Amino acid sequence: MSKQHVKMTVNGTEVEGDIEARTLLIHFLRENIGLTGPHIGCETSHCGACTVDIDGRSVKSCTLFAVQAQESDITTVEGMASPDGTLHAIQEGFMQEHGLQCGFCTPGMIMRTHRLLKENPDPTDEEIRWGISGNLCRCTGYQNIVKAVRYAAKKLNETTREAAE
Amino acid sequence: MSDAATMTLEEREATLGGVGTARKRKEDVRFIQGAGNYVDDVKLPGMVFGDFVRSPYAHARIKSINAEVALAVPGVKAVLTAADLKPLNLHYMPTLAGDVQAVLAEEKVLFQNQEVAFVIAEDRYIASDAAELVEVDYEELPPIVDAFKAMDEGAICLREDIQGKTEGAHGARKHDNHIFTWEIGDKEGADKALETGEVTVKELVTYQRVHPSPLETCASIASMDKIKGELTLYGTFQAPHVVRTVASLLSAIPEHKIRVIAPDIGGGFGNKVGVYPGYVCSIVASIVLGVPVKWVEDRIENLSATAFARDYHMTGELAATKDGKITGLKCHVLADHGAFDACADPTKWPAGFFNICTGSYDIPVAHVSVDGVYTNKAPGGVAYRCSFRVTEAAYMIERMMDVLAQKLEMDPAELRLKNFVQPAQFPYNSALGWEYDSGDYPTAMNQMMQAVDYAGLRREQAEQRDKVARGESRSLMGIGVSFFTEIVGAGPSRNCDILGVAMFDSCEIRVHPTGSAIARLGTKSQGQAHETTYAQILATEIGIPSEDIGIEEGDTDTAPYGLGTYGSRSTPVAGAAAARVGRKIRAKAQKIAAHLLEVAEGDLEWEIDRFKVKGLPEKEATMKEIAWAAYNNLPEGMEPGLEAVDYYDPPNMTYPFGAYLCVADIDVDTGETSIRRFYALDDCGTRINPMVIEGQVHGGLTEAFGIAMGQEIAYDELGNVQGASLMDYFLPTAVETPVWETDFTVTPSPHHPIGAKGVGESPNVGGVPAFSNAVIDAFSHLGVKHMPMPHTAWRVWQQCKESGLTK
Repeated sequence: MSKQHVKMTVNGTEVEGDIEARTLLIHFLRENIGLTGPHIGCETSHCGACTVDIDGRSVKSCTLFAVQAQESDITTVEGMASPDGTLHAIQEGFMQEHGLQCGFCTPGMIMRTHRLLKENPDPTDEEIRWGISGNLCRCTGYQNIVKAVRYAAKKLNETTREAAE
Repeated sequence: MSDAATMTLEEREATLGGVGTARKRKEDVRFIQGAGNYVDDVKLPGMVFGDFVRSPYAHARIKSINAEVALAVPGVKAVLTAADLKPLNLHYMPTLAGDVQAVLAEEKVLFQNQEVAFVIAEDRYIASDAAELVEVDYEELPPIVDAFKAMDEGAICLREDIQGKTEGAHGARKHDNHIFTWEIGDKEGADKALETGEVTVKELVTYQRVHPSPLETCASIASMDKIKGELTLYGTFQAPHVVRTVASLLSAIPEHKIRVIAPDIGGGFGNKVGVYPGYVCSIVASIVLGVPVKWVEDRIENLSATAFARDYHMTGELAATKDGKITGLKCHVLADHGAFDACADPTKWPAGFFNICTGSYDIPVAHVSVDGVYTNKAPGGVAYRCSFRVTEAAYMIERMMDVLAQKLEMDPAELRLKNFVQPAQFPYNSALGWEYDSGDYPTAMNQMMQAVDYAGLRREQAEQRDKVARGESRSLMGIGVSFFTEIVGAGPSRNCDILGVAMFDSCEIRVHPTGSAIARLGTKSQGQAHETTYAQILATEIGIPSEDIGIEEGDTDTAPYGLGTYGSRSTPVAGAAAARVGRKIRAKAQKIAAHLLEVAEGDLEWEIDRFKVKGLPEKEATMKEIAWAAYNNLPEGMEPGLEAVDYYDPPNMTYPFGAYLCVADIDVDTGETSIRRFYALDDCGTRINPMVIEGQVHGGLTEAFGIAMGQEIAYDELGNVQGASLMDYFLPTAVETPVWETDFTVTPSPHHPIGAKGVGESPNVGGVPAFSNAVIDAFSHLGVKHMPMPHTAWRVWQQCKESGLTK
C-alpha cells in the first residue's frame, strides 16, 4: 500500500513518518512515535483512553487518521509535566485525590481535564461530570476524579491569580 | 545515633507510613505521566501480530477452511487452524473447571465469535486484512441459547467431543448438554422446613449474563528463544504463576524455562484470570515462527469471547414463622456455562462458593443444588469483582429477604435485624458448611439506619405513594436495603486448589544494608494499589518506612509462587504472608539488636522502628542500624543477611460484610431511575489504607450500578450476541454514576495476622441487591415481588404500564 508522509508537532517536538493513509492517529502515536500514554480501550471512540489535545481541542485519537493530523500541534500526557520534571497541577490532583487505580484511563482523563479547565476554569461538579463524560473509567467510580479536577482547577486558578498580582 | 533519635513518637509513626495511614499511591507516579507498562506497550525486536478469524454463527459445522488467499497477502507469515494444532495436541486446552475448550474450532463452532483460525502478519493492519480473507465454509446448525431448553428431551447435542460421556469432572452427567449437578446441605430437612413453614415464599431470581469489561482488553506476547529453549510470555494475567504452570503442562517446555511476566494491568475484575485461545495461539505461533508474537483483543472480541460472568437462574425458597423468623432455605440454580465449562473457580467448587447464600442470617437448615448446562454462548463464568459466585448468592438471598418481608408485611430492615447471626455466635457455622470468622451485623445495620434516617425515609416514601395515588406526583420512591456477607481469601488448601495447586500465597523480602528493602509477592495488582499497601503492612511489622520498601509482583522469574489476585484474596492471603515475613525479619533483627546492645533478647521491647532496652530507654537499636549490622556485625554463628520468605496457607477464609442503602426515584412516565442517595457501610476488618479502601468501594459500587441498571450480554434466538460493543454494553459514565457515601465499622478477622479482610469486591456483591431492591421496592405497594435485572428505563417503564401507573 502506498505511503503518505505526515509531519506534526507532538509535545513540542516535530515528528514525521511515512505511513499508510488508513493508519489511525493512535497507532501512529504509539507504534511510530513510541508513546505509551495514549491507550486503546475500545477502537469505537467510546472509552476515551486515547484522548489527546490537538490544536486546542480534545480528540479521541482512534477517531482520526494520522494524515488528518497533518501539521497539527498535539499534546499527550507525556507533555504535561514541566521539562524539569515538575508535575502539572492536574497530574498532581489525580495523585493527591486518588483519582486513578489501574491507570489505563488516566492519560486520557488528564488530557480531557486539561482542555476542560481551559474551556471552563472553575467548573461545578456537574460541569466536571459532563465534561469528562466521554472518558470511561472502570475503577474509580469517578468521585475521586471529580475531586482531582477540582483540586487542579483550584491550584491553576491560584497560580493564575498570583501571576496577575 | 540516627537522626530519627530526635523525632517524637508521632513523627516516627508518620515517617513509617504503616497500617492505617492514607498513604498516597506509589504506582501513580508512572501512570499520571503515561509511563505505565501495559502489555500493548511492550515491543520486542522482530515482533509480529496475530489476529483471529471468528465464527459468525453460534452453532455450525465447519466444512472447510481455505487460507490460500490470506497467505498470499504480502506481510502474512502464517495462518494457524485446528489442523495445525491437533498434531501438537493443542487444539483443545484444559479449563480451570475440569473441562476442555477448543483453542481453534475443529469440526464445529459453538458460539458466535469463537476462534477458528489465527492469522500472523507483520503488523496488526495486515493481520486484520488477511483474517477477512480466510474462507470458512460452514453448515449452520440450530443453536441453543435458552438454558432452560438445553436439557430438553431431543435437544441437539452441542459438545460432540464429549458425547455419551456420562461422568464429568464433577460427577454424573444426565444429558448431553448437562455439565454437573452440585448439591450441598440437608435436603430432607430443608424440604420439611418448607412444607411446614407458617409462611413460605418462592421466586425465580435471574442474575443476567454480564461481562467485567476492564478498560484494557486481554493481550499477550509470546517470545520463544529456540536456541536456549526458553519461552517468555507477557500477558494480562491476574495469576501469572498459574499461567506458567499451565503453559509448561501444555507445551512440555520445562517450567524453569518459561518466564511469565504480567506487567501493569489495566483493570481485571476477573476477566484476566482465565487462559484464553489468544494466549495459546501466540505461544504456538512464536514457537513455529521463532519470533515474538503479539495478540491484543479488541473490545468486541473482549465482550463476546473472553470471560462472561453470572448467567445464573436461581429459584429461591424461604420458610419462616408468622413473626418473621426464618426456618429454612432452599435454592436450585440453573447455571448457563456457555459452550465450554471454563468457569474460574477452585477445582472442587463447580458453583464457586454459592453456598454462602444463607447470607448474614441464622438459618437453621438449608439445601442448594446447582445444575450446569452447555449452551451456544461464549464460555467463561468468572467472578466479576466478587469471590466465586458470591455476588450471585448475595443477590439471591437479599432479593428473597425482600420478597419474604413483603409477604409478611414486615419492614425489610426489621426482617434482617430479626434474623441476623448475632455477635456472640461467631465463629459461626452456617447450615451450608462455612465457618464465618467474625462479624457484628446489628451494629453495622443500626449505624446505617441512623446515618440515613431510615424511619424518616420510610415516612417520606409513604407520603410520596399517597401523592402518586392522589395524582399529585409522577415519581415513585424506592428504598433498597442490602446486608451482605462475603467470603473471600481463598483459601485453605484443605478445600481450595487450582488444577491441583493449593491456593496459598507468598511474600519474600530482602532488607538491604542501608535499611531499605525489596519485597516480592505471588499476587498481581490490576489497580488495587499493592505497591502501596503491602509496603504499609511490612512497614508496621519491620519498622522500615513504607517509602523505603519496594514491592514487585508479576514476574515469575523473580517473585515467589502464588496463586494471584482475584476473589479479594490479596490482602487475606498474600497480605498475611507479608505480615508473617515481616515477623520473621523482626525476630532475626531482635537477635542482632541484642548482640549490638549487649543484652538478652528478652530485655528488648519493640517501638515503631527500633528495639529499646526495657528500663533503659536511651539504649536502642534502630532497624536502620540493625540492617547495617546484618551485613557486618552479627552474633557468633548467625547467617549474614536479612531476608525471609513466607508461604501462607490460611486457616480459613475471611468474611467481610456491610450494610448498604439505596434511595431511588422513578419517573413513571419514562421508567427512568434516578439514584438520589447511596450509603455504603463496609466492615473489612483492620483497615490498611483508608484512602485505597474508599476508592475500592467507589469503584465496586459503580460496577454494581452498571450491572443492576444496564449491563447485559444478551443473545437473540439465533445466538447472535447483542451486547458486544460499548454502544450496546453499558459502562456508566461520570454523568449517570451516583455520588457515594461511605462509612465503616471495624471487626478484625481473628485468624488473619493483622486482622484484615478483603474489600475490593464487597461493593459489587452488596451493591447489586441494593440497587435492585430499591427499584423493586418502589413498586412493592402495588404487589410487585420481583423485576428482572438490568433495570433499564425500558423495562421499568413496562412495569409502570403493567402496574397501571402510565399508559
